[in-house]
Amino acid sequence: MFESLSEKFSSAFATLRGKGRISESDIDSVAEEIRLALLDGDVALSVVDQFVARIKERSMQALPEIRKSTNQSQEIYSIVNAELVEILGGPARRIRFAKNPPTVIMLAGLQGSGKTTLAGKLALFLKEQGNTPLLVAADLQRPNAVTQLTLLAQSIGVPIHAPEPGNGSGNPVSVAKSGIELAKSKLFNVVIVDTAGRLGIDEELMQQASEIKGAVSPDEVLFVVDAMIGQDAVRTAKAFEEGVGFDAVVLTKLDGDAKGGAALSIAETTKKPILFASAGEKLTDFDYFYPDRMASRILGLGDIATLAEQAKKAIDGDTAKRLEEKFVAGEEFTLEDFLEQIQAMKKMGSMSKILGMLPGANSAAMRKQIDALDDDELIRTQAIVQSMTPTERKDPKILNGSRRSRIAKGSGRTVTEVNNLVDRFSAAQKMMKQMRNGNVPGLKTTGGMGLPPAMAAGMPSLGSAANKIPPKKKSRSGNPAKRAIEEGR
Amino acid sequence: MGLFGSFFAKFSRNKATPEDIDEFRRVLIESDIGAEFTEEIIKLVEKERAEVLEEKVTEKILSSLSQHARLVELRPERVTTILVVGVNGTGKTTSVAKMARRFKDEGKKVLLAAADTFRAAAVEQLSTWGERIGTPVVVGKPNGDPASVAFDAATKATSEHFDILIIDTAGRLHTKSNLMEELAKVRRVVEKVTPIDEVLFVLDGTTGQNGITQAKSFMEAVALTGLIVTKLDGSTKGGIALATERTLQVPVKLIGTGEGESDLEIFEPSAYVANLLTQP
Repeated sequence: MFESLSEKFSSAFATLRGKGRISESDIDSVAEEIRLALLDGDVALSVVDQFVARIKERSMQALPEIRKSTNQSQEIYSIVNAELVEILGGPARRIRFAKNPPTVIMLAGLQGSGKTTLAGKLALFLKEQGNTPLLVAADLQRPNAVTQLTLLAQSIGVPIHAPEPGNGSGNPVSVAKSGIELAKSKLFNVVIVDTAGRLGIDEELMQQASEIKGAVSPDEVLFVVDAMIGQDAVRTAKAFEEGVGFDAVVLTKLDGDAKGGAALSIAETTKKPILFASAGEKLTDFDYFYPDRMASRILGLGDIATLAEQAKKAIDGDTAKRLEEKFVAGEEFTLEDFLEQIQAMKKMGSMSKILGMLPGANSAAMRKQIDALDDDELIRTQAIVQSMTPTERKDPKILNGSRRSRIAKGSGRTVTEVNNLVDRFSAAQKMMKQMRNGNVPGLKTTGGMGLPPAMAAGMPSLGSAANKIPPKKKSRSGNPAKRAIEEGR
Repeated sequence: MGLFGSFFAKFSRNKATPEDIDEFRRVLIESDIGAEFTEEIIKLVEKERAEVLEEKVTEKILSSLSQHARLVELRPERVTTILVVGVNGTGKTTSVAKMARRFKDEGKKVLLAAADTFRAAAVEQLSTWGERIGTPVVVGKPNGDPASVAFDAATKATSEHFDILIIDTAGRLHTKSNLMEELAKVRRVVEKVTPIDEVLFVLDGTTGQNGITQAKSFMEAVALTGLIVTKLDGSTKGGIALATERTLQVPVKLIGTGEGESDLEIFEPSAYVANLLTQP
């Protein structure tokens, strides 16, 4: 998300960076560029005007100070960053749990914003944190919304209260009420109430939502918004705020390339924090929303914090420790370690998602590469490594022609692919050595987790973009689509 | 002056003041037609005489639209096949049902294919609609291959002489290249049995400028022939419909205007533009 927005910011700042001494008119022109970038990113006009005015004001005020700085454009950058964080809601907020359980969370939002899927994601998220959530199917409007939630509940192993089949019949208010009663008697500590989607102006459904709200007095009413929404975001949010009232916003479909201006607009106009961000089709693609990280992302600084967190989640402590010890001791990095990394990475989610968090990932060139990434590549790589004998994995140097052709047959891949993998692996191995010697700046921090080599080696088409790995040979991807992109470069 | 009312009336009394122009710019930007086209229109407003302004602006917008036919044309000699695509949550399944209802009312024999095998209960959603409207629905296994469902439906539609086959597909974000490839496969497979006459892209009327990017990606994958713009009964003016049609020159064919199964209308450009230029 936010790609184009961040691209435009970058170009605005690039102009600024060229200036030795920043003048007032430079600030004016950067402000104008930011204005257009934001409008193109669907940020509401009123929000854009206020935002730009504030940046201008702060920059102008700070101008005498800024001029003393050796890096003047950086100072402006910091001001924009700070304002962005401010708009996105300041420090991250967490779910407010009720003093006396159950904590009641009600989901509301427009049709198609992704409420039902989100209900499932939220339930799984809370369950993994040790809560005992109960899902309540109070969307009795949309055909089969109840069935959808029931199936989701089954797949994540969370109980559901769905006394009415829905499809236009039944009373959602009483379903919500009986759901709370059930939670109390069965001691569930969180109740998630899914409600019918509505349009901002639909009085009847708005009324229904506020009746549900009145009946269950939720601790959190979450307003679910599609990140791709346009200028109407503000009007809709306001209508909801007046008609139903909500405590926080959840952004969905952040894995598209929407510029996400809605996030800025809604946060700014309603002064409500964005609580969660949902990106991806898997039910685990869900996390708290971090304003500072999002601001970095908008400005093209990457989201290293999230990346590191996910890495920690995916690689269990023992593995990480063992790899680190090996690394420090200067032991050879083997294909077995490599395989372990691949498996860990698979746990972290799709490759494109992981890479999207790296600094510079939002540049057009990098984006194209990431979008073209084939997540099955990991699976194929894994198949190749698993077709090797333990000896071969420890010492890939013994891989002669006949061994390679056996591996290719065993994994159902071609010898070229096996060759490619071995090449990439030795490049990665070399990089590990360099890192140990401290020759690769910027990668040392994550080196302990052993991530970069697998990342780099797992993805042939990213060889040069993903960082500093000298490609030994020009590797050609086995995937025709990807090869076309490589060769088109 | 009816719908256009307040806005252009102001101009005809006096020359447009900078405040008027700012206000007009706001109306346009907030309709989601895009900053670039807004500035083009503003230039026109600054140039033209007040009396002809309304006419000129309307003309400019209408002439930027696609010249392609806006009706879904039926083939009398064989089954007319319509593939419905779009990102998640835009209202594809509902639109499919509404279309089926429309054709059914015209006395056509309609077959539906539930090729959304991904989203939980999507198949059930379409089946329920099918029962309501009284049209058969071809379904596949959950998480099965959507192309195979589409193929089965196409075979059934041709052998049993249906007039119309409408294929509902899973919502997919346009950035997922593997899913877009899956869609292209659905198209290829169906065309082994019968030609696809319409590929309709369902666009959520509340979408912002991202709508254009979405449509472009789908255009590349499956060559769109028309747009269905949904959720136009909300507070949105759906300027993204104009922006998308203008950029891709693919006509908006149908618009969804309500939750009822008959709330699907044929797009009427002049009424749409009039609404766009109305002050909220």
